Amino acid sequence: MAKSLAQEFTKGLWEEIPPFRLVLGLCPTLAVTKSVENGIGMGVATTFVLVFSNILVSALRKVIPSKVRIAAFIIIIATFVTVVELLMQAFTYPLFLKLGIFIPLIVVNCIVLGRAEAFASKNNIIRSTLDGLGIGIGFTLALGSLGAVREVFGNGTFLGMSVFGPHYEPFTFMVEAPGAFMCLGLMLCIMNLIGKK
Amino acid sequence: MNEMAKMVVVMTVLTVVSGGLLAAIRNGTLERIENQQLQFVKGPAIKEIMKGASNDPIKDRFKIKDGEVERSIFVGKFNGKPEVVAFETFAKGFGGPVGVMVGINLTNDTLAGVAVTTHSETPGMGARAKTDPTFVAQFKGKPALKPIKVTKDGGQITALSGATITSRAVCLAATKAGEIFKRLKPEIEKGIQKFN
Repeated sequence: MAKSLAQEFTKGLWEEIPPFRLVLGLCPTLAVTKSVENGIGMGVATTFVLVFSNILVSALRKVIPSKVRIAAFIIIIATFVTVVELLMQAFTYPLFLKLGIFIPLIVVNCIVLGRAEAFASKNNIIRSTLDGLGIGIGFTLALGSLGAVREVFGNGTFLGMSVFGPHYEPFTFMVEAPGAFMCLGLMLCIMNLIGKK
Repeated sequence: MNEMAKMVVVMTVLTVVSGGLLAAIRNGTLERIENQQLQFVKGPAIKEIMKGASNDPIKDRFKIKDGEVERSIFVGKFNGKPEVVAFETFAKGFGGPVGVMVGINLTNDTLAGVAVTTHSETPGMGARAKTDPTFVAQFKGKPALKPIKVTKDGGQITALSGATITSRAVCLAATKAGEIFKRLKPEIEKGIQKFN
């Protein structure tokens, strides 16, 4: 039952990779993955919140009365989300403008509260940190890869650099909302196919 | 009862600590955030208006209290003297308020240029007010103290085709800037002294 520390970290990268395996946190997954940069930016912001809220929830797990635990978790999460929002405004303003409303919405991202409730409130700080880091990096990878597919086909670029040359006619469907659903569906499909073997 | 007290204490301490932390971070980043906003939102507009200025107009700014609001005035130096001031005004467009940076030449009270900063107009239609340089170029050299209008309303500005409301909003914002300039001129002239 008990996993090794390394497993706590790596499970977030494949077995429990949030949007594809747990199918959680789909709102930002669909909305911000128009480009690789946006996807990774969102992933990093979420990772930051995940790691710190996991640490704090784990550290305070014996102090917080169980009746008000959800409220306490939300306070902790909301605090770190606001910290991220302020830091992004101060240091990466253009990215903040692109991600817009989805940064404050990390508060209601099911992954963050899910990890706090299901993992950090029952495990020690080291395990919780690794769990947060693993899940966060998994989320970043998922958003980055989804963003890559959509940006390459929808815009003909990768991280702003041209991939197919100037004659490529962008498949703009991919960067619109329906393209996001299609893309996510196909990704889930591929993940399941690989997982079956 | 004991549990009740514990809940109250824990939640109170938690909220107080997080409130304190956030206040500290906000104070720490306030100045940087303002600079970033200036650089990325207003910066390009100011640079466009003050093309050829010998100073950094984003850095050389001062604030004037205008009734309830505080206005940031940006100063551009030409020929060694502060000649152009720019500040932002807003007018209602098609999709919400349109922010316009308006530059006014102090020597002859004409518009040194206008540039759209923030807007939520329709892409490809009203949004061209920001991206189409020929539209905003029309404002240059127009007298700042008279109302500025599109040709449809008897003015001299050719509206963007299909985006009359946005064009009107830009004109209105420029007109408003002229009114503010008239009202604040003594203070503006006092304010630019230190950049001489």
